[in-house]
Formats: sequence, structure tokens, C-alpha cells
Amino acid sequence: MSLMQELGQRALDRGIPLSVQLDVTYRCNERCIHCYLDHDDHGEMTTAEIRSLLDQLAEAGVFFLTLSGGEVFMRRDFFDIVEYARSLMFSVKIKTNAFMIREKEAQRLRDLAVQDVQVSIYSNRPEVHDAITLLPGSLKRSIAGIRLLRSHGVKVTLANVLMMRNLNDYAGVKELAEELDAGYTIDPTITPMMDGNRDVLRMGLGIPQLQDVFRNSDLVGDVDEFCAPPPAVNDETLKELPCSAGHTACYVSPYGDLFPCVQFPLPSGNVRRQRFMDIWRHSHQLNEVRSITARDLPVCSGCDHVGTCTRCPGLAYMEGNMRGPSTQDCEKSFARTGIPSANMRRKRAAPALHGLVQIAIPLPQSGLA
Amino acid sequence: MSPVYIARSTGVAARSLDGEMMIMSARDSTLFTLNAVGTVIWQSADGKTSLAEIVEQKICPEFEVDPVDALKDAESFVNDLAGHGILVLSDGPIQSANLLREKAR
Repeated sequence: MSLMQELGQRALDRGIPLSVQLDVTYRCNERCIHCYLDHDDHGEMTTAEIRSLLDQLAEAGVFFLTLSGGEVFMRRDFFDIVEYARSLMFSVKIKTNAFMIREKEAQRLRDLAVQDVQVSIYSNRPEVHDAITLLPGSLKRSIAGIRLLRSHGVKVTLANVLMMRNLNDYAGVKELAEELDAGYTIDPTITPMMDGNRDVLRMGLGIPQLQDVFRNSDLVGDVDEFCAPPPAVNDETLKELPCSAGHTACYVSPYGDLFPCVQFPLPSGNVRRQRFMDIWRHSHQLNEVRSITARDLPVCSGCDHVGTCTRCPGLAYMEGNMRGPSTQDCEKSFARTGIPSANMRRKRAAPALHGLVQIAIPLPQSGLA
Repeated sequence: MSPVYIARSTGVAARSLDGEMMIMSARDSTLFTLNAVGTVIWQSADGKTSLAEIVEQKICPEFEVDPVDALKDAESFVNDLAGHGILVLSDGPIQSANLLREKAR
């Protein structure tokens, strides 16, 4: 067990929220076509409210603090927030598009000993990247920001969300990361809008494209190991927890709403009205999330992939049931191994309900006629 | 031998987990955990109290160890942490200005 895993286990055993993501704003200078947020300001927490929250998070034992958005630099008090967070000795990671990072900002982030700055880059080609962000010149500015950060020794990771529009560019982004001496992560997950709208999912990769990505050794390492069939399910597998959401991690929105994770919009409390620790310990919603093991998943507990699947309970929740399958992750498990998930087999066996509705059968009393 | 003063580097992240410090260096993202004795030394590293005083006043009474051996071990420990950029060492009290210079390193 690595030191990080050991700390994670200790935090889990003691009910300590080791990691928190705080979105300081949903406002953004980019309008990414796949973004799950609306970018209006509905009443963000003030600097004083955020300071108070940070005090509470430090007291609760939070070590890893991710500050994200929206675009974090849209807040004029962003450096006040980072400075306060660092004075409380959080390990601070910042997610930004780096568009607004100039010499002064890069220097300040270095001085504040920020652990990592993650920058979303969709392509190494401006015509592709800028067509996703809908902000002309954004790739050029983001790269300039990254260069400044690197020149000051700030650690940077390029985060490459992969969708149909930029499918052919991930090798270019990876090369760009190498050239900039930055880290690189790739994620083929598209998240539904926070209001439940799932239209953006159409931009995501299909199974054939996922299969190509998962068989690229530059991305996954040992392809045979990565794509190996899942090991047999046993009793231990069924005792496993889905992920850290609500267990050792949670998410706070710019309005103080607390959720198990940024990708799990189950309202669990609001830090403007309640103490963070009261929500963390006593929220019915968080306690319900914590009560769920793999055994409690009606479909997934009978799936060959249950022990190795990346099933996201938040995506499952957005499909209608936090104990249900997450179709995106079923597709990933299938694309990796070629073995259909229990959910996919169930859907194939089920009657085609949509087809039945669309057949024009004259029904005298039906509102559809 | 001149006294050693120690101060926590401002270039690290730190939090107590179940009475033991987790510390991450921003320089190279290395993660450390300190045992109970190391945690007391870390928490006492205010730049104003010498290491000998920390050992004498905090370590020896709490952990019932020989003062000479404890100081020797503590010196080796703080040198190790300083090598990782986690602690700042000085032969005199450390002012906040010194820490700011360390932060900018």
C-alpha cells in the first residue's frame, strides 16, 4: 500500500474529509461547448464567507484543496483566497484555463507554493481548441500562461477532455505537454449539465473510439493489462466502496452548496446556513452515499466488471439512481475488455420501449394520437 | 556548539491526521508523514525556540527519553527535513523575513 493509499484509508476509518473541491465561481471567459455549468453569478460566496469556510475545512482535517470554477481568475479576490488557503497550509491545486495568467500571476502562484495548476487543453491546434472554448485566441493565451508558470517552476498538468471534436488531437496535446515540461491527463468523460440536461453527452466518444484510446500504449501503458478481462468477483469485491465521494471527499459550489463530488450533484447541505462539519457528519444524503457498497448495487453487483469498473455514482445518480449503473462507465468497461456489462446485457434483453411509443397505432383515447 | 533554531518552511502543505503530521513539499510533491515525536518537533518549530529547548521541554517529558540521545536524534531528524525543504534551520532565531526568502526559493 502506498503512503497516499495508507493516508486515504486512515482518513476513511476516521471519517475525515481529506480532499475538498471548492468552485469559487461559475463565471468564465470561455464557453466550452461541453461544459456542464451555467456561467451566471447567482450570488457567490464573499471573500469573508470563503475564509470562514477555509477555517472550517482546515479544522475538519482537509489537506487537499482544489480551487476551480468556472474560471478562478474571474474573481478579483482570487489571490486573497489562495493566500488565505496557503496560510492554513492546505495543499492547493488550481484548475484554470490559464488565459489570464501573466508574469505577475505566475510569480504569485510560485510564491504561494501552489502544488499544481491544471490547465484544460483540448487540442494543440488553435482551430480545434478555440472552436471548443468558443474564445478566439484562447489556445495561444493558455500556452503563454503555461510557459510563464513553468518558467517560475510552478508544476502544471494539461487536462485533455476527449470528445468527438478533438478525437484526433490527443497525441498532439501530449507532445505539447512534453514540450512545455508539463504533466498530461486525458479524460473521455463528458458530464451532463448540472440541471440534468444530457444533450452534451452526444459530444462524447462512442465505443469504437474508446477502444482505440484504450489500446494506445502511450496513454494506458500495458495494453494487455489495462484491457484484461475482470477477475472473478468474490465476497471482498462486493464489500468495496464505489469511490471517495462523500467518504473522504466532497465538493462545495460558489453558492455554498455541498455535494458528495463535483460530478455528483446530490444536495447535501449549505455552508452558508450550516457548519461544514455538521453537514459532513450528519447530512442524511452523505450518510446514504456512505452506506452503499458494491453489494447494494442491484444491477452492478451481478456484473463481471464490478471490481474493476470505473463506475461513477454521480453519473449513475444523474441517470436517475445513485445505486444504478453509469452507462458511460459500462461502455468504458466494454470498450476495454470486449465483455458487455450486466447493464448492457439487460438493456439488450429489455423490450424496446421507445420503439413501441413511436409506432403510430391508432388509439382512440390516447393523447398521442 | 551553537544552538539550532528551526522554523516550518512556508513552501509546504501540512495537516495533522490522527495526531501525526502529513507534509507535502511543493518543490517536488513528495509526501511525508511524521511520527508522534517528529510531529511535536514540527509543531514546535516556531523559529524562536531552539531545538535543544524543544527537546528538553517537549520531547523528554512526554516521551521519557535520554536528553543527550534525544537531541542527537532530533538534530539528525531536522537536518533530514531541511534537506527536503520542509524545515528551515538557522544558528539564530528565524525572523519571518527569512521565511519569505525561503518561500520564494
